Amino acid sequence: MQFMLLFSRQGKLRLQKWYVPLSDKEKKKITRELVQTVLARKPKMCSFLEWRDLKIVYKRYASLYFCCAIEDQDNELITLEIIHRYVELLDKYFGSVCELDIIFNFEKAYFILDEFLLGGEVQETSKKNVLKAIEQADLLQESQNEDWGATS
Amino acid sequence: MALKMVKGSIDRMFDKNLQDLVRGIRNHKEDEAKYISQCIDEIKQELKQDNIAVKANAVCKLTYLQMLGYDISWAAFNIIEVMSASKFTFKRIGYLAASQCFHEGTDVIMLTTNQIRKDLSSPNQYDTGVALTGLSCFVTPDLARDLANDIMTLMSHTKPYIRKKAVLIMYKVFLKYPESLRPAFPRLKEKLEDPDPGVQSAAVNVICELARRNPKNYLSLAPLFFKLMTSSTNNWVLIKIIKLFGALTPLEPRLGKKLIEPLTNLIHSTSAMSLLYECVNTVIAVLISLSSGMPNHSASIQLCVQKLRILIEDSDQNLKYLGLLAMSKILKTHPKSVQSHKDLILQCLDDKDESIRLRALDLLYGMVSKKNLMEIVKKLMIHVDKAEGTTYRDELLTKIIDICSQSNYQYITNFEWYISILVELTRLEGTRHGHLIAAQMLDVAIRVKAIRKFAVSQMAMLLDNAHLIASNTQRNGICEVLYAAAWICGEFSEHLEEANQTLEAMLRPKVTTLPGHIQAVYVQNMVKLYASILQQKEQAGEKEAAQEITQLMIERLPQFVQSADLEVQERASCILQLIKYIQKLQVKEVPVAEEVIALFAGELNPVAPKAQKKVPVPEGLDLDAWINEPPSDSESEDEKPKTIFHDEEQRHSKPRHPEMDEEELARRREARKQEQANNPFYIKSSPSPQKRYQDTPGVEHIPVVQIDLSVPLKVPGMPMSDQYVKLEEERRHKQKLEKDKKKKKQKKEKRGKHHRHNSLHTESEEDIAPAHHVDIITEEMPENALPSDEDDKDPNDPYKALDIDLDKPLADSEKLPVQRHRNAEALKTPESEVPPVEKKSKKPKKKEKKHKEKEKDKGKKKEKEKKHKKEKEEKSKDKKKSKKKHHHSEEEMAESVQNGTLDDEPLPPMSSYRLLAENPYIKTTYDIQGNLQNDSQVTVSVIFENKSTSFLKSMELNVLDSLNTKMLRPEGSSVHDGIPVPFQLPPGISNEAQFVFTLQSIVMAQKLKGTLSFIVKNDEGSTHEKLDFKLHFSCASYLITTPCYR
Repeated sequence: MQFMLLFSRQGKLRLQKWYVPLSDKEKKKITRELVQTVLARKPKMCSFLEWRDLKIVYKRYASLYFCCAIEDQDNELITLEIIHRYVELLDKYFGSVCELDIIFNFEKAYFILDEFLLGGEVQETSKKNVLKAIEQADLLQESQNEDWGATS
Repeated sequence: MALKMVKGSIDRMFDKNLQDLVRGIRNHKEDEAKYISQCIDEIKQELKQDNIAVKANAVCKLTYLQMLGYDISWAAFNIIEVMSASKFTFKRIGYLAASQCFHEGTDVIMLTTNQIRKDLSSPNQYDTGVALTGLSCFVTPDLARDLANDIMTLMSHTKPYIRKKAVLIMYKVFLKYPESLRPAFPRLKEKLEDPDPGVQSAAVNVICELARRNPKNYLSLAPLFFKLMTSSTNNWVLIKIIKLFGALTPLEPRLGKKLIEPLTNLIHSTSAMSLLYECVNTVIAVLISLSSGMPNHSASIQLCVQKLRILIEDSDQNLKYLGLLAMSKILKTHPKSVQSHKDLILQCLDDKDESIRLRALDLLYGMVSKKNLMEIVKKLMIHVDKAEGTTYRDELLTKIIDICSQSNYQYITNFEWYISILVELTRLEGTRHGHLIAAQMLDVAIRVKAIRKFAVSQMAMLLDNAHLIASNTQRNGICEVLYAAAWICGEFSEHLEEANQTLEAMLRPKVTTLPGHIQAVYVQNMVKLYASILQQKEQAGEKEAAQEITQLMIERLPQFVQSADLEVQERASCILQLIKYIQKLQVKEVPVAEEVIALFAGELNPVAPKAQKKVPVPEGLDLDAWINEPPSDSESEDEKPKTIFHDEEQRHSKPRHPEMDEEELARRREARKQEQANNPFYIKSSPSPQKRYQDTPGVEHIPVVQIDLSVPLKVPGMPMSDQYVKLEEERRHKQKLEKDKKKKKQKKEKRGKHHRHNSLHTESEEDIAPAHHVDIITEEMPENALPSDEDDKDPNDPYKALDIDLDKPLADSEKLPVQRHRNAEALKTPESEVPPVEKKSKKPKKKEKKHKEKEKDKGKKKEKEKKHKKEKEEKSKDKKKSKKKHHHSEEEMAESVQNGTLDDEPLPPMSSYRLLAENPYIKTTYDIQGNLQNDSQVTVSVIFENKSTSFLKSMELNVLDSLNTKMLRPEGSSVHDGIPVPFQLPPGISNEAQFVFTLQSIVMAQKLKGTLSFIVKNDEGSTHEKLDFKLHFSCASYLITTPCYR
């Protein structure tokens, strides 16, 4: 996978994860282009499109679009699974996740994604393990916060 | 201290945290930009504080702002500070920010190496994890080189959590630092059998990705993967393995044979669509690779096609799309199996989803045959009419043309039908593809001689109705067809029925609104038309009519003479003069027609677009030498359809030979006339002279209704291509009837029925004879044309570097570099220390040098070219050397691989000296070190190596100071004085000198220009020489090294 973008129906970017090094300018250009293209598609259209030499796989959950770019030989369906799995993980972690959860805790959303995917490849297929790792890291964070005197 | 802490936390209470920022942004919808710039100012204040918590909070907010599109690269250094926080809470945020905004161009990224290394070896697995995750996003070639060994060690970490991350990130490391692949591969392979499924799947992931790019190096792993495939139940892993096999089978057909069975089993058993899809895809790949060697695998193909049909029929758009996509892969090798699903694919053209329609279109391209072409194109034409959105319509248009013209019009049995289709397509509004249609018209009219008469009549009609087509010239679209129309009418004017009328159409004032290149063609072809009319009239003895037509030309041509377009103007004035001359002759009653027509005499042959390029140059031929005097007028040159619109007219020469299939054509025309007569859309014009037709044996019998002779042959309407479909069907039906007399069918059968009937019989393509004898002239190619150029592979492919033989034993020189503390001794006694270092770490050093040299090259563009060349030569020498070295040491160290105990062995330290500059006399390398005593100073150690056989003396080094960085000179000397090097160099000797620089800021990279001057003394005398260089201070070079933890 080359990158993953989350954006709202209004075209606001909510999360971006790039697994290929690109300059900010290039990233912005790609994001703008893709957000436009995907939002312009009608709801009944299929979730795949060819874009430059990549394939874009996207799916809409409530008001959020999850959009991944994969290479030519990659499997579109498994990419949809990845998106779905990520949504499930967010859902489990936040408890029926909504767009606001991701806006206000965007760093958490990244942490979850980083436990699930690494360098664009699935690193952990078990939902339980991903959540366990996140919980423990959070625990570590909290205990440190206590040492230090909590003022959040 | 305690007070400071309290103060810090009180400060923090007034800071905005991330939530406040987000809320604030949402509350300031109107003046978001202003609010954010305020916030950024606050953040800048926060970053200046010592409290790491405040900094982390600020960086966290910045990360959010970065996502909104704000530039935060200025805070890169602060991000590194937060990354190096000891607390996980902050470290996590620091790494997150880094992974979001660092890239290869980030300058300070060099500063992170040691921090990352420290985190990788942290006792806390989450520290390690967070560092690995971050690194995966911003790894650079330098980081990859420096950290490869550390990460490789982590692949054997006790915790699977770390192992799997380390395994996955290795892929990124390989991409950035291909040299690491061979040393790391044995361990990676080991991980395929890791007890932890997560690690195992990570290893499968990495190897699959590697193997997809360079499959041949991974064939030896096939048995292992086969075992994994049959034993694994994890669909994620299975998909990867199956994909890997898809890449391997083309190289090893035996593998393919073995795969078919387990794959078909999976196809039958799995309920996961993603796995099913992957299996089908791989089976297709296998079958493609086997197609030559194996007689038949029809069962497997059938299975795939069946499954794909189920996908396409599914209500889920995604499955439909993928089904079509996979179908197109089968089509290439097994077109028959797909063609039987034509109905389904045609249905998809009606789908609401444009991407599905486009997929279906792609499929149709490969599915057409002589039998179904007309039907498919008819369907497409209906879609063109109702398509909304010009993009899709244009797509349809190009597809129609592609489908019809593919493999040299192989599937077209009736060219009148095709011309009619093209003419119908001109009715499309706002299309961008007018030139495509035009090119087709020209191509068909030139190459299919039998169609010229018909084509000319259609084109004349287009010219007559030019006002409809040219109404919106600004869109640069369809008016291009007038180009083709004008040219065809002119070139083949002998076929024109109403040449006068067409000529008048071309002389209309409106024509001057057309684009210049079209007008130019108009002007040129008018003359051809004029010539043929003139001849006609003269032969008929109608002198007055001939003079009238000349007069018309003289009256109308001036409007083109006034054209703003140079080409039009030039041609028009030239021709005007010619015609005036003709008029003079006509007045004297001199017959001129023959001479005029001779201007355009000659046969015209289509020439392949590449023909010119392919002409081989005979040996001994000097193309630049004159053979004779330069020729005054050129003969007909090669014809290139691509450039036809802007080319000169001179090549157009006139074919004239009797029409072979006139009767046949005429019969067609009459049938059409009949149709047109019954169609109120057509306007009748004056009757044209009738001709008699005889039945010729061997020509098709087309049902012709008795014709009313008053029906005009040429009507200013548009033809209906549908009619041909009907005609064609009837013709074919008749053919069939003749063949198959036993079966008596009704003549007026419906199309659907008819076709079902067709497909029942396994009638072969060849049975359908073309409606009229078509002589498609192939494009001319020169004799002994050169074979087609090989398509070059992209040299910039990042995966190319990973094409590495993994089975060869590992050489010592290939070991991963291990960063060691820079030797302080090296500084003091460089002469004794440096050479052995160089020897041991030959490879990494060369690598580094090359890298630096490249950088240098960029910076040195202004310098003299000579030097460039030398450097390049040097580089290639280096390469050769290192290659030799590589081979040599490989044999010696073959043992070390098998053990896989790489990290236990002493690893060569890295030399940190980089090339400063060199010329034939001297080579200088340098290293920059922070000063422990004085942190505003750095020491630059320069090694001077005498490469010549002369004695070098009076060396003096001078640098142009910058504001930030200044060379420390002895008191009293000016900034322009150089510093003498405190030694002389006999031939072949090297020595080191040190120079101290003072700095203002350590976050600024610097490049200082400088010169080394010296005197070369040898037997012939002494000369003064100079060597320019650039001294590069990267931020990382200001770092003070501290002892390694281990």
